[in-house]
Amino acid sequence: MKTKFQTKFIPIFITFLLLMGLLAFGSLKYTGFFSLQNFFNLLIDNAFLLITAVGMTFVLITGGIDISIGAVIALVCMLSANLLQKGWNAFVVMVLMLVVGAVFGTGMGIFITKFKMQPFIVTLAGMFLARGLCYVVSIDTIIIDNPVYVAISQSRINIGTGFVSWSVVIALIVLAAAFYVLHFSKFGRRIYAIGGNEQSARLMGLPVDQTKILVYTLNGCCSALAGIVFSFYMLSGYGLHTVGLEMDAIAAAVIGGTLLTGGVGYVLGTLLGVLTQGSIQTLIMFEGTLSSWWTKIAVAALLCLFILIQRVFTLVKTKKAKPI
Amino acid sequence: MKDIKNITKNQIFWPITALLLVLLFNLFFTPGFFKVEVKDGHLFGSIIDIINRGSPLMLLSIGMTLVIATGGTDISVGSVIAISAAVAASLVGGEMIFVEGVQEYVTLVPMPIAILATLVVAVLLGLWNGTLIAKLGIQPIIATMILMVAGRGIAQLITAGQIITIYYKPYFFFGGGYLLGLPFAIFIVGIVLLIIMLLIKKTALGLFIQASGCNASASKYTGIYVDRIKLIVYTLSGLCAGIAGVLISSNIKSADANNAGLFIELDAILAVAMGGNSMTGGKFSIPASIVGALVIQSITTTIYSIGVPPEITLVVKAVVVIMICLLQSEEFRKLFANTSWLQRRNTLENKISN
Repeated sequence: MKTKFQTKFIPIFITFLLLMGLLAFGSLKYTGFFSLQNFFNLLIDNAFLLITAVGMTFVLITGGIDISIGAVIALVCMLSANLLQKGWNAFVVMVLMLVVGAVFGTGMGIFITKFKMQPFIVTLAGMFLARGLCYVVSIDTIIIDNPVYVAISQSRINIGTGFVSWSVVIALIVLAAAFYVLHFSKFGRRIYAIGGNEQSARLMGLPVDQTKILVYTLNGCCSALAGIVFSFYMLSGYGLHTVGLEMDAIAAAVIGGTLLTGGVGYVLGTLLGVLTQGSIQTLIMFEGTLSSWWTKIAVAALLCLFILIQRVFTLVKTKKAKPI
Repeated sequence: MKDIKNITKNQIFWPITALLLVLLFNLFFTPGFFKVEVKDGHLFGSIIDIINRGSPLMLLSIGMTLVIATGGTDISVGSVIAISAAVAASLVGGEMIFVEGVQEYVTLVPMPIAILATLVVAVLLGLWNGTLIAKLGIQPIIATMILMVAGRGIAQLITAGQIITIYYKPYFFFGGGYLLGLPFAIFIVGIVLLIIMLLIKKTALGLFIQASGCNASASKYTGIYVDRIKLIVYTLSGLCAGIAGVLISSNIKSADANNAGLFIELDAILAVAMGGNSMTGGKFSIPASIVGALVIQSITTTIYSIGVPPEITLVVKAVVVIMICLLQSEEFRKLFANTSWLQRRNTLENKISN
């Protein structure tokens, strides 16, 4: 029992060490890196990524994938910018955006489960549909100058010597809720069961289709919420916002110990994954001379590395299992 | 009667019908669509334009057909185009210099070497995808997504964040030149098509690809090296994207790391879907995909020429992909078969035959 506990958490432990290593490296190399505010900035800059990565973790645990999230976030930014410009109430817009995300997610979930289409092709089409809709709304950047959005975007919550933004609070609430749902609810157990073995889950009498559709709906909601938070952060809508974010979210989940084959994953690990990516970004920013494109390349390399680690662990496991 | 049934059952029948429909639409609604003139010694007109603009897409659809036939997907082709365009542009690049008041074009590296280097890079990128998928067993969508996102970054680093303009005339021939009155690009497509068709029809490769797509583990047990087949397929896809990158950079005379080949992976997948290929792998036909690519290019050109905002195209294409996949989905067919006349006819036929 004890050894099982250890091997299960080794990838997360590696991530934790990596994060600490990155932070220590930054603190030693750059002045001003080691401060409470710099750590809070990690959260502030990556709140939207954390929210959408949590949704992605759910999808990955069921053994599915969703590559439409970046486009959905862009669509939410674009739509809310457009509606706010027309003078809609800010809170009505936010609720409407959540509904849009949920409908988008549910639609994809139905295609995937009811019509047995592959998740990648459905979400790929969803990705282009959402990007296309962005361009239909407008091909230019729309600035958000709604007073409520601006107020939320500029407000600070002081903690000790530093401060965080409302986005961070929202992200942490989402994280806590996801943690509860995943580990302490029936729904969470079903998700793990489906990811572990969908056939068995079905034979056990679990409502597989219903659960999977709900997971995609949840993921759609998370992307929409991330989109709202991102529009606080950017205060604009643009069709090419968050291109390639899907990889960041998948990378955050995978670095945090979620298996791409499904059945294993932890939202707290996803938090570590997001923070690791954030610190890489901060390090590249502090270095100053490097192109920001290095962040994408570094994250891609890290994703490859962690997939490799997972592969090694599963190989070791199957080899151990064989003699029996 | 039987002959007609055989024709409609042929995979290439439906894409050709779609192509004819699009052309028919243009015959009525786009004046001058079919006008082909001879200007500067080569043919000129909308049809020629479709062939020229569609060439990169046709190349991509060749590679993508093979990849999808093995049950995979390659969404990195857009980034491979960006990288190969960046490599080609920075190697050929060149400057415009004036020698005694006359413009002269120079290249940094001899052009054949530059193009060879570009294609080698593209093959390496394809091999990278193939290695991740075949050797490490990563799902194709994630493996190629890594290159899709990081690839644009690599292209940015090669071009140092700039749009590189090419000042070397012979290079423009690939994407903009004409041979025997036809765009040169279509000859490149023809050559690639010929080589690949020979490979899959005259060797067992085509059969192996189809087998791996139908049932990977069964193929493995019959002695097919499924890993190796996948590696070959992704490498070919990379190579096709590389050639497409050369064509595109030559056509627009520059390399733009951000926008070269952006969203083109959807077009390539759509071309394969339009060609009537199974999206889950197995049966495939490259000529059908080529016709599919032509349909898409005709639709795009039509949208431009009848004045519908081009922003809509992405939405239309996404919806069409979903529709085609729905039609291929067995569950969706059942939904309609239960209520439609088809089933009644089937039961009647069964009764008669019994």
